[in-house]
Amino acid sequence: MTTALSARVARFPFPFATDSYRYSTNVEPARRPTTTVAGGWGSGVLDVDDDYAAELAERRAVLAADPTRCQELPHMRVASWDALTTLLPDLAALCPGTTVLDRDGDRWTWRNELLGTARTFTVGDDDSLPEGPLAFLGSQIQEDVVLLDQREGALWADAGLVTFAADWSMGFDVGMRFLEVHGPVPRVHETGVIPRAEQFLMRLQPGEEYRRTNWTMTVDRRLDASTETYAEWGRDRRLVVDDPALPDRLHLRVEVQHLIRLGVSNAICFLIRTHLLSLRELATVPEWRARFGAVLAELPDDMADYKGLTRFRAAAVDWLTAS
Amino acid sequence: MTATLTAPDALRADDGRLVLEVAGVVDEVPGVRTLALRRPGGGLLPAHPAGSHVVLDCGDRRNAYSLTGDGSAADEYRVSVLLCPGGGGGSAFVHRLAVGDVVTASRPRSAFAPVSTARHHLLIAGGIGITPMLSHARAAVRWKRSFELLYGHRPGAGAYLDELRGLCGDRLAAHGSTAEMLAAVRAALADQPLGTHVYVCGPAPLIAFVEETAAELGWPGERVHAERFSAADLDPGEPFTARLARSGTRVPVPSGTSLLVALERAGVAVPNLCRQGVCGECRVPVRSGRPLHRDLYLSETERAAGDSVMCCVSRSVDDELELDL
Repeated sequence: MTTALSARVARFPFPFATDSYRYSTNVEPARRPTTTVAGGWGSGVLDVDDDYAAELAERRAVLAADPTRCQELPHMRVASWDALTTLLPDLAALCPGTTVLDRDGDRWTWRNELLGTARTFTVGDDDSLPEGPLAFLGSQIQEDVVLLDQREGALWADAGLVTFAADWSMGFDVGMRFLEVHGPVPRVHETGVIPRAEQFLMRLQPGEEYRRTNWTMTVDRRLDASTETYAEWGRDRRLVVDDPALPDRLHLRVEVQHLIRLGVSNAICFLIRTHLLSLRELATVPEWRARFGAVLAELPDDMADYKGLTRFRAAAVDWLTAS
Repeated sequence: MTATLTAPDALRADDGRLVLEVAGVVDEVPGVRTLALRRPGGGLLPAHPAGSHVVLDCGDRRNAYSLTGDGSAADEYRVSVLLCPGGGGGSAFVHRLAVGDVVTASRPRSAFAPVSTARHHLLIAGGIGITPMLSHARAAVRWKRSFELLYGHRPGAGAYLDELRGLCGDRLAAHGSTAEMLAAVRAALADQPLGTHVYVCGPAPLIAFVEETAAELGWPGERVHAERFSAADLDPGEPFTARLARSGTRVPVPSGTSLLVALERAGVAVPNLCRQGVCGECRVPVRSGRPLHRDLYLSETERAAGDSVMCCVSRSVDDELELDL
């Protein structure tokens, strides 16, 4: 096992506590270190790892090819500034040796040696950050960002920079209500999971931070599995089944999602950090191999279908449960 | 804005309360005292939306006071408190505080934030109700939102008048007589661009006037926002009995005691935060009996369903209310 690989395994947020998985409103307070059998995760909100520069280069490339991945309805500009001014100090605290934030009132200077960034801007002055605060934030953190406005007793997904979506599209969802965004998810409507989650989020008070995990599977280390690029990755889900390299190509994709009530704008900042671990890497931890094999085998068909696992599920279970 | 809350028997210890030192005391106008509050060691305080409040520990009570800043993270909060000699003692406590005193307060809580999609914000303040509106006006200036402020005050008793004139310019209209103020409110409500939201804070009659006039002029209800001096305005209510369905216990709720306090005294723990019918935390399921809803949280549909009650402020129409506890 290489050092890089073991670091990836050690930091991986393995999401399954039991041998079966159902949707739930699985939120917990943020910044709680969580121990796994291989290591741990979750002491902060933002997460910078060895893939930082590579993933941000990939985000730049995705955005250059398709600028619609960054969406902001006009009334969300305050929320975008709010997200930037909330999270840059967090990033500076996380990376004290390589990033520096100087604040002189509203005049902020940001230096990031990891990317060679040096920028000075004035908080609230759109001209001082021509690409916009949301796009600039997205150039500095590995997380995808969605900003939800709260009004008329509902949350609205009115801005976002999402380049690493797992089979959805920010450009399609922008302007939708929270309940509409989650319309296609099976089971959660009958069980009240989504309305409960929305009620919970709408009651978050300024500065409160929670998190949850979600998961699916992806063929290859493909962060950009958004609806827009389906033509590039959709067929791999069929082709991987007969590929001898299946355990190296099939990845468990875990999203660590943070939910933060931004102070100034009252928006909810939804951060999505995507972690990919191949079945072969996962199998270096025997408990994870057994548990994920059991979860995949037990998963009801409608959930497997929604997650896009149907084509390769049996092959994955076979490999995971083979002795 | 001030809401006086009866001190609960057991305060939550884990709600991350702020420890603040009085760094300045200014009397804006006779009877209105402004406190500048800072962290004892210095440092930034949490940011908040315009119109937020903190709940300050005032001796044996907790009072909610509006924060008057624009909400950006800063090293100081300011609250302005009107001395109410006949009140519950919270304002007198605040008026006794001196520079160097240390107080505890909740983190900022938001229940009166500006609506981001509004094309124009009409702010209406009466008396000490100016405090959340000062926050709204400051945030509107900082974020370049279109707004205007109508401020009714007693002659010579307009807190923050000079500062507001500098901040708002001709977007401020201040009125020293009630008749003038109400005429100005009516005129303003009658002539606004589509997409305007109106926000009002002040005495109950002013809020009622704004709501009734807006309704009469055809304003959609969701574009009218009011910050009430909620719990302080509520009457003590009729006594009733809460019957706890699971244990069979009967808990008497005397006039002047909230259902929440009665439950707590009976040893029943109910999650709660604001204790003024705003936050939604203390919702309790109802099995039978008709709740007398006095909260600002439940929707009309939820009220009509009659199957839950916000026990911090609401009571019972019937002599007995059966709770699923």
